[in-house]
Amino acid sequence: MSSRRSRTRQPGCSRISDDQINDLVSKLQQLLPEIRDRRSDKVSAANVLQETCNYIRSLHKEVDGLSERLSELLASTDTAQAAIIRSLLVHK
Amino acid sequence: MNPKRFSSSTRPSTTVKSRFACGFLRALWRINRQRRTSTSASSREICRRYLRVKVAADVSMASAVGSRRAWSRAILLRKLRNQGQNGTVRVRRMSNIPRMRKRNICGNKCTEEVAGTCQAEQLRKLVPGGEEMDMCNLLGETAHYIECLTTQVNVMRRIAEILST
Repeated sequence: MSSRRSRTRQPGCSRISDDQINDLVSKLQQLLPEIRDRRSDKVSAANVLQETCNYIRSLHKEVDGLSERLSELLASTDTAQAAIIRSLLVHK
Repeated sequence: MNPKRFSSSTRPSTTVKSRFACGFLRALWRINRQRRTSTSASSREICRRYLRVKVAADVSMASAVGSRRAWSRAILLRKLRNQGQNGTVRVRRMSNIPRMRKRNICGNKCTEEVAGTCQAEQLRKLVPGGEEMDMCNLLGETAHYIECLTTQVNVMRRIAEILST
């Protein structure tokens, strides 16, 4: 008798059901501003995935832009250290 | 036992946002301190600094989330591998951290339809560690990754505002 080791440790994902996929797709739908604003219930899964990819790309671009801006700010100001300390206190 | 460095259970109750903000600000401090000791202001140096800020932001967010998410583990592992190649830090064995293995997608039409599309493939490339996930996990990880990216952008924007005043 061979004992089969279960490959999945999460019981919820051992069988992927329609409901799980739909649930996750609708969760993504809530996060995406484009689709959320349309308030349409008839958005296909492929559409949601495409919008998700576009949204992630736009977030990556924003991170790139902000990183560039921050590196310029660090270079341009002599009081960057003090400003960083101030920010640390604000964010704690 | 998970390495303490990546364990969130020993941390006091703080939000991902505040942990990210503190970690990222400390990284900026270090980058700025190195800038002050360096005399060159070449375009190459500027480009390097921008990349360091970008990497610091991603790694700070992944550290704030910890090892409980596959996408954050992928970023942290990538960082360790890069540091290992530079010879500055020894790469720790990550055997205790559960790995997401490629699982057979148990067929139902909806899953196959979604999983086989080129949008799904694009998504796998955009989410860190996405190429090793099955569809169910990929969607869950994507949702969490988007939430954290949004937080990251908001905090970075706020820091840029403070630094420009």
